[in-house]
Amino acid sequence: MPGPVQPLSSLPLGAAATITEIKVPPEHRGRLLEMGLLTGTTVQLVRFAPMGDPVEIKVRGYNLTLRRNEAELIMVQPK
Amino acid sequence: MEPNNNTGIQGANKMPGTGTSDIPQSAVRNPQSFVVLTGNPNSGKTTLFNALTGLRARVGNYAGVTVERKEGKLRGTPEGTDITILDLPGTYSLSPQSLDEQVARDVLFQRLPEVPAPALVVVVVDASNLERNLYFATQVIELGHPTFVALNMMDVAEQNGHLIDTDDLAKALGVPVFPLVASASQGLDELRRAIVQSVKGGTKRVLPRLFCELPEGFGREIDTLAQSLKKSFNQRQTSAHAEALLVLCDEKFLLGSAGYYSDEIKNAVAETRKRLEAAGVDWRSASIEARYARISAMQQAVTTDSGAGQETFSDRVDRIVTHKFWGMVVFIGIMALMFLTIFTVAKWPMDWMQSAVTWFGDKVGAMIPPGDLQSLLVKGVIQGVGAVVVFLPQICLLFLFIGLLEDTGYMARAAFLMDRLMSKVGLHGKSFIPMLSSFACAIPGIMATRTIETPKDRLVTILVAPLMSCSARLPVYALLIASVFPHRAVMASITMLSMYLLGIVVALLMAWLFKKTLLKGGTPMLVMELPPYKRPLVKTVMRHMWDRSKLFLQRAGTVILGICIILWFLATYPKHPEISQKFATEKASLEKSFGEKPTEEQKAQLSSLEIQESGEKLRQSFAGKMGRGLEPFIAPLGFDWKMGIGIISSFAAREVFVSTMSTVYNVADSDDKEAHTKALAQVLREQKKPDGTPVYTTLTSISLMVFYVLALQCVSTVAVVRRETNSWKWPVFQWVYMGVLAWVLAFVTYQGGRLLGLG
Repeated sequence: MPGPVQPLSSLPLGAAATITEIKVPPEHRGRLLEMGLLTGTTVQLVRFAPMGDPVEIKVRGYNLTLRRNEAELIMVQPK
Repeated sequence: MEPNNNTGIQGANKMPGTGTSDIPQSAVRNPQSFVVLTGNPNSGKTTLFNALTGLRARVGNYAGVTVERKEGKLRGTPEGTDITILDLPGTYSLSPQSLDEQVARDVLFQRLPEVPAPALVVVVVDASNLERNLYFATQVIELGHPTFVALNMMDVAEQNGHLIDTDDLAKALGVPVFPLVASASQGLDELRRAIVQSVKGGTKRVLPRLFCELPEGFGREIDTLAQSLKKSFNQRQTSAHAEALLVLCDEKFLLGSAGYYSDEIKNAVAETRKRLEAAGVDWRSASIEARYARISAMQQAVTTDSGAGQETFSDRVDRIVTHKFWGMVVFIGIMALMFLTIFTVAKWPMDWMQSAVTWFGDKVGAMIPPGDLQSLLVKGVIQGVGAVVVFLPQICLLFLFIGLLEDTGYMARAAFLMDRLMSKVGLHGKSFIPMLSSFACAIPGIMATRTIETPKDRLVTILVAPLMSCSARLPVYALLIASVFPHRAVMASITMLSMYLLGIVVALLMAWLFKKTLLKGGTPMLVMELPPYKRPLVKTVMRHMWDRSKLFLQRAGTVILGICIILWFLATYPKHPEISQKFATEKASLEKSFGEKPTEEQKAQLSSLEIQESGEKLRQSFAGKMGRGLEPFIAPLGFDWKMGIGIISSFAAREVFVSTMSTVYNVADSDDKEAHTKALAQVLREQKKPDGTPVYTTLTSISLMVFYVLALQCVSTVAVVRRETNSWKWPVFQWVYMGVLAWVLAFVTYQGGRLLGLG
């Protein structure tokens, strides 16, 4: 039973989800997409840094870090 | 979609241009045997480059930019085959986000006149991170150069449970694929043989094609645009379709190619985008999505998952290393270890080098008759340059640690841990290590800023890094603290700590201020990969250290030499024969009173006379005059002209302050540094103003330390900033702003302290 759509940053640690929408402004979206974060891509929230920001995720088999405010703009649906 | 094959990409090879770069043109004598190595960061590209070229690479810059250009000869080729390999900076995509990536793209598009057309492009692909690496690899293959894929880190992929069928992958990509473990030299021979064969026999260009199934309408637009591109560049060597795709889908492509495209093309692109938008196609993301769709299918077709190890080795390590509590413990531990090693281990070679410099100076002094030449060589060149060069062991060790942190993959973790802190002042986590390194020496710190993508953030980091108290300030602090708190260890420690804190606080404030004003820009976005950990390769790390240290010596060398000669001149001229004469008479009369063998006491008297003589000469020299001239400006800070001499002379390196003060105050130098500091501190304490009050009050000494915390008194730093920013504008600006800051804060310290009734 898929969960409700929510920002990537509010996923529980370790949870996997599918990206449903990327709300980052188009001019900053390019690199996120090129790193493989696309609508329909599966991502996993790995952890937050000790000071609460940035956030580490796993996507396409590798580990990527984003700031919390970017992660808040990536909408996901838990698997 | 298979675009038209007849792309006319067999244009004549561009001749090497006349661009000025650090690498002589002769390095690429034969453009027919020029091989370009490219790939994602962390794909093991540098390891492969080192393995292919041995230790004979040349390191320089691309013309006009501070992007490292690394070139080497392919090792183990048959006689008569001379193949040059160019190692491009790590790149995630052909739509650049940093100067490094832009250079890589421009080389692949042959836009740099100084770089010839490649006979072959080798794309390094990390097999353990296939999808993301194939994104860039397919972009490069599309360009149509003869291309090989070097599928590196096969061992890691296998450990993670992914088995890749390289034959299937080669079929899917349409180019040869070479499985490799570059770190263990596996598969290198095959690759090397194939490179030689390809360059000799001329590998056929890759069939032009795009690795993305675009919607019907989109595909047609690309075709049309490609036709216009073909018309405006008839001597093209890269696929027009690949270029059309980039020009259309990358917002910044046209901006970053100023003066390259005609208005006709620009208008065509703008109109095409409008048409696509009207048709409901997102031209920014459509090609990226289509490419990833193709890659995902390809990856699934060529990979067999053994299911082994869902959690990789790196994941397990990261559970501790980036843990909320233990992560910080490990981080602080590593940093502490780094500094402990730098300050303890580097002490030995630094002492040896110090003795070597002294010994060499004595030898040269004995060979050349006393006079101006002897004085220039011994006091100007050898002692002056020596004062800077003794820091080399420390600088090398720092480069070694930075190299280790980078090569193991920990550097990205450090940026991850510290990003929160740095983003508060508008910087990136990657600015942390350069700033931290500057506690030992700003030079490696400034050189390490090259990993920061945004030029503005890199510049801000460079501008504030020298505010961190480096090790050359330590002797200055030690002397001044010893002069005011000789017997109060607690106060001494608090003062020392305060000076370090002052540097940190001011650096962070200035970084924040620069980001708000002069180098305005939001906090850079953080999209950073945390690469898998790996065992560092001795060769890679040592080479990193060697390349960097060499660059430092080359860069700073001439400037340091020049400044040392100027400083020597200032301290030596004008000559005052009457001083020499006066002391000569005194010495002669003293020597006359000696018997056959002068007693120890008599010898001491003689050397004390000599010390007095050099002190007198310095006080009467240009430097002395400048010190006096400076006095009205520094008097409000509580400094007198003698301290002015110290400030001027420490421009070679801050710790020269100590030896200058010892000459100014006629204190004999001694091999025992601690004893010397104590003796000099004692003398400083005894200095009285004409009205009988002490010169070095607590307030004056603290004010002087504040000045040393903030002023940019280091010719090496100025020289390195000049090279790293490619202009005199920034080092001059930095010198002025730090100088103003030093003056103002020393003023506030001194005058404020007096108002409070201190001092």
